[in-house]
Amino acid sequence: MAAIELRGAVKRFGPITAVDGLDLEVPEGICLGLLGPNGAGKSTTMRLLTGQAIADSGELRVLGHELPGDAKAARAEMGVVPQLDNLDVDVTVEDNLAVYARLYRVKDVGAAVDRALDLARLRGRRREAVDKLSGGMRRRLLLARGLMHNPKLILLDEPTVGLDPQIRTELWTLIDDLRTHGTTILMSTHYIEEAERLADEVAVMDKGRVIARATPAELIAAHAGTHTAEVYGPPERLTEVRAIAEGQGLPVRPAGPAIAIVGSERAGNGAVPEDAVIRAASLEDVFVLLTGAEAE
Amino acid sequence: MSAQAGTRLRRLEPAAISGVMSREAANFRTYWKGTTFSSILEPIVYLIAFGLGLSATLVDEVNGVPYVQFVGTGMVATAVIFSSALPAMFGTFVKHRFQNTYDAILAAPVDVEELVSAEMLWIGARASVYGCVPLLVTIGFGLNPAWGMLLVPIFALFTALGFAGFGITMAAIVAKIDQFNYVTALFVTPLFLVSGAFFPIDELPEGFQILAQLNPLHQLVELVRGGAFGYDPVDLLRFAGLVAFAFVMWRIAVNRMEARLID
Repeated sequence: MAAIELRGAVKRFGPITAVDGLDLEVPEGICLGLLGPNGAGKSTTMRLLTGQAIADSGELRVLGHELPGDAKAARAEMGVVPQLDNLDVDVTVEDNLAVYARLYRVKDVGAAVDRALDLARLRGRRREAVDKLSGGMRRRLLLARGLMHNPKLILLDEPTVGLDPQIRTELWTLIDDLRTHGTTILMSTHYIEEAERLADEVAVMDKGRVIARATPAELIAAHAGTHTAEVYGPPERLTEVRAIAEGQGLPVRPAGPAIAIVGSERAGNGAVPEDAVIRAASLEDVFVLLTGAEAE
Repeated sequence: MSAQAGTRLRRLEPAAISGVMSREAANFRTYWKGTTFSSILEPIVYLIAFGLGLSATLVDEVNGVPYVQFVGTGMVATAVIFSSALPAMFGTFVKHRFQNTYDAILAAPVDVEELVSAEMLWIGARASVYGCVPLLVTIGFGLNPAWGMLLVPIFALFTALGFAGFGITMAAIVAKIDQFNYVTALFVTPLFLVSGAFFPIDELPEGFQILAQLNPLHQLVELVRGGAFGYDPVDLLRFAGLVAFAFVMWRIAVNRMEARLID
C-alpha cells in the first residue's frame, strides 16, 4: 500500500489553479522530495494531505484513509512540520510538547515529552520559554513536536527555509535518521541541495502538477546529461555563446552572472569556449531547465 | 506504531477538546496574574466611582435595592462580556492570522468543530469565574450572601459561551484587526449599556425596552439580581434563552471558522 495516493487532484482558488490534476504516489518507507519554484503548488498539496484544504476534484488517500472524509484519522497517523514557526513562544519547551502529545492522544505524555526533548537535544532547556531559544533550537523543537506520536508518515513543508547553513545541516541529519528508520517522508522544498541529499526520489512540480519524477541521478541523466559548461563574460559574449550552443540543440540556462550549457558533452566544435568551467551536471540544471525558475 | 492506533476518532472527542484547552491553560499560566489583578481591581474601582459616588450624590437606591448593590450585581454582566467577547475576538484573530496556531492544531487529529468548542469552553469557564468577582466584591460592599448566588457561575458560563462564539465569529469574518472597532462600537458597547447593569431599563423608551429583552446581557443581569434578591418564575425562561443563545452562537462560530480555516 502506498502511504500517499493522489489521482487527478485539482484545487482552485478563484481564477488560480494551484493544483492542476496532480497524480502522486508515495510508497511506504521512502523520502520523496517535492521540488518546485514558489507557487508550484507544493504547500497547497501539503494542505490537501492534512485536510486543511479540500480538493475540487480527484481522489486522495493517505495511509489508507480517504480524504477529506477521513482526514482526522489520517492526521492521527502522520506528523506535520510546518514551514512557519507556530510554537507558543511564552510557554515552556516541555509544555509546548505536552500539548501536542495530548492532541495526538499519546498515552504516556511524560515519556513522549522526554523522547522529544532528547530528539531535539533540548532536555536541559525544558523549562525555558520558547522565546529564549535560538532559531535552530526552535526548528528542532518543531520537528520533535511533529514526531511526538511516532507517526508512520511525516510531511515536512520547507523544513529548513530561512535557516543558516550550519543549522540546516543539523536538521538534515535528523531527517536522514528518520528516513533510515523507515519513516515515510514527503518533503517540499525549493532548496536543490536539500532534495539531492535527503530524497530517495524527487518529483519536480510546476504549475500544480508533477512534470518529472525519478531518483536525483536518473533525473540528471535524463534531462541534463553528464556535464555542464559554465561560461562567464560580458553580456554580448554570453549572447553570442548562447546562440551557438542553442544552434546545436543544446539547452542553455542563466546561472547567476554566467550561462550554463547543459549536456555540454554533446557539444560540437566551437559550442563550448575553451575558458568555460566544466562541471558535473546537477539537479539544479534539471530544475531550471524544467521549470524555468532560478534555483536556490 | 502510532500511539493512537486502534483509537476510533469521532466527532467532538473529549481528548481533542481537552488537548486544545490544555494549550490555553499552558498559555494562561504565563499571564494569569495580570488578568486576575485587573478583574478584581476593576469592579472595586467601578463600585467606588459609580456605586458610592452616585449613591452619595444622585441615586440612593433602585427598586428598593441600594445603588451600590444594584451596580455590583449588574457588573457581573459587564465582567462576563469583557472577559469573553473581547478575548474571543482578539485571541482568535491573533492565533489564526499572526501566530499560525490553528494551522498547527488542525494538522493534529483535531477538527474545526472541536477547536471552536474548546476555545469557547475555555473562554466560557474563565469568564464565568471572573464574572463572579464583582459579586464577591459587592458582598464586601454590604450585599448579603444568598443561596441563589450559587447559580450565578452557571448563568455566567452560558452567557460567556454565547459571547465567546460571537467573538470567534467576528474574528472569522473581519479582514483586519482594526475592524474590531466597528464590532465594539456597534455591538459590544450598546449591549453592555442597555443591559440594565447601571440603570433599570424600565426607564428607557418602549422600543429600547423591547430590544433589551433580546439582549443576553440583560437576561444575565436579571438572573444575577434574582440570585441576590430572589428569583422569579420567568427566570427559567431567561436561563433557557441564554442556553439557546450559547448554542446558536456555537453553531455559527463553527460554521464561520470552517469557512475561514479550511481552504
